[in-house]
Amino acid sequence: MELMDKLEILADAAKYDAACTSSGLDKKSARARLGSSMMAGCCHTFSADGRCVTLLKVLLTNCCVYDCQYCVNRRSNDTRRAAFTPEELAELTIQFFRRNYIEGLFLSSAVVRNPDYTTELMIRALTLLRETYGFRGYIHAKAIPGADPLLTWRLGLLADRLSVNIELPSAQSLGLLAPDKKKDAILKPMALIRDGSAESRRSIRQLPAKQALHFAPAGQSTQMIIGATPENDRHILNLTQNLYQKYKLKRVFYSAYMPVSTSSLLPAPEGFKPPLLREHRLYQADWLLRFYGFDASELLDEEHPNFDPNLDPKCCWALGHMEFFPVEVNRADYEMLLRVPGIGMTSARRILTARRTCTLDYAALKKLGVVLKRAQYFITCGGRMTDGLRVKQDGVLRHLVALERPKLLAYEPEQLSLFDGGDAV
Amino acid sequence: MKDWTQVSYTYDGSFAGFLTCMDESFRHFEEPLAFQSPEDNRTSLYPERVIATDQSRAKRFYRGIRETVSKQAQTLVSHAFLTCMPERECAIWQFLQFARTIGPGVTYWITDDRVNRLNKAVQHLYTEAHLLKGFTRFSDARGLLWSEISPKNRVLPLLRPHFCQRFHDETFFIYDSTHHEALLYSDGKWGIRPVEQIEFPKDDAQEADYQRLWQKFYDTIAIEGRYNPKLRMSHVPKRYWEHMTELKGELEREKRGRTDTELALLAE
Repeated sequence: MELMDKLEILADAAKYDAACTSSGLDKKSARARLGSSMMAGCCHTFSADGRCVTLLKVLLTNCCVYDCQYCVNRRSNDTRRAAFTPEELAELTIQFFRRNYIEGLFLSSAVVRNPDYTTELMIRALTLLRETYGFRGYIHAKAIPGADPLLTWRLGLLADRLSVNIELPSAQSLGLLAPDKKKDAILKPMALIRDGSAESRRSIRQLPAKQALHFAPAGQSTQMIIGATPENDRHILNLTQNLYQKYKLKRVFYSAYMPVSTSSLLPAPEGFKPPLLREHRLYQADWLLRFYGFDASELLDEEHPNFDPNLDPKCCWALGHMEFFPVEVNRADYEMLLRVPGIGMTSARRILTARRTCTLDYAALKKLGVVLKRAQYFITCGGRMTDGLRVKQDGVLRHLVALERPKLLAYEPEQLSLFDGGDAV
Repeated sequence: MKDWTQVSYTYDGSFAGFLTCMDESFRHFEEPLAFQSPEDNRTSLYPERVIATDQSRAKRFYRGIRETVSKQAQTLVSHAFLTCMPERECAIWQFLQFARTIGPGVTYWITDDRVNRLNKAVQHLYTEAHLLKGFTRFSDARGLLWSEISPKNRVLPLLRPHFCQRFHDETFFIYDSTHHEALLYSDGKWGIRPVEQIEFPKDDAQEADYQRLWQKFYDTIAIEGRYNPKLRMSHVPKRYWEHMTELKGELEREKRGRTDTELALLAE
């Protein structure tokens, strides 16, 4: 089989994995022959669906012994199968990297024969890259659930980031749709990676460079499929928070379910629209958990188990807690500024810096690049709101929803279709 | 308060030359209202002064910024000089003038116009440099990697540490076609040199193969059900497309498509 065909098949089989980041690690070594990585990560291009492409994301093979219903590579699916040899994959990665097409490699694989054998194949490909080619670029490897912990450990020594996909947001859904995968088999390697990665970061800090242990120094991530099973947003967000706290994950990715199967256990493919807006709201909430000091229980509760499609989670929270507002921009602390809809981390930091030298008014905020269209309802400058702004709660709601509407159009491109009865979100 | 004489400076366009101008200005209380390069034929309304670049004066002045103002101010000045802001030299002079009155904390005065202007321009430079760390595409001509970019700002000094680190054992050059400069790197040594004319090597069969493989990967990785060209456009502005292997074709198709529709319209 031609390399071109292999690349097509194995990139196509890997594309439903949402994770494509190269962040979390600054690697600059004078001894490195080829490659480095940067803390913030780096996008090399964006595909036609607007997603960042930073790594060469492929499967080592798509020949799978499992039969997970939601997956394109399930054994019962009639699709073309292919496999890279470790040599082909290493050469391709190096050549793409030299041309600056990519930041590194994202290596995943279907389970061929058994998890141990699959992991060994991956280790061979990565060893070749790291040792023979002296490649120091970013490598993200998928740990295969059920593989021997020692093999997962060896994989982690070669990769910068490891991930284990949690796949579905609850054990029941997993049992129903992926009978070959067990919740326990997923959580065990997660715990292993967490401990190994923490140990590694400590040794990098404390030991001389040569003795330091490099086990997945950029931590681990996971992903789950949204919209294939009946869990609500609250359940998903609580799960996310647990993963961040208990398993020290760097990222949790959400992937809107794409109808790739006709299984009766999944939504019928005809007329199914992937829940892209829901995915977007979950990501917004995810950011609030990681950077804005929010707790999952503040964003959703039993009465409101799902996000409002018309309004972003931060606005929703603010409207439900008007007792905290308005916030005086000249006195509020960083944490409180972050809670104002429309003020992000950059704006909050700039406000703090600017306050050292002068009292802020609305003109000054504009100069700092603070966008007032949402924030104006929730702040005062020197005790005054924007001139001519009178606020009643339902009025604010109407304004905010109106601001959001043009953005929502992007999620429903076929609004006027005659045959489309159901509501997408 | 001393009166500042209004002048126009003519210098060679280099950073050292600019710093010499600054030294001259603050030494003789001259307020530069225009800067020109020797090739400019514009006549100025203000008395013209030709400043010869003096490396040691430039160095001393540059060090002086760090010592009397701050490290941040020094970085801001040197990076602002690389930006494409109109009248950037005058803007930097105004900042330095302001820095003389404020002292070390000047970079915290981000609501002041003199600081804000430089910050905005430098932010633009940083964004562009960051994007180009990803969007620059190299071609391999028998071991030599070469690349062409056309940025608005002079990003090469900012790209240099990144690429020299990354391609430590390679030989490469990046040609900036806007400012006619090239970053050259080989055997751990680098240089940024003005380049008047350049002839790029031709792609051989192997190079063309890898470009096709990359194109195939790029086309495959997009999920049809999520097709969203607007989102892509906001992440990769069109002006970068012409030098990007995977998007070049699309840009050409689009241009052809447009001329076809224009022709059709004309025919009607």
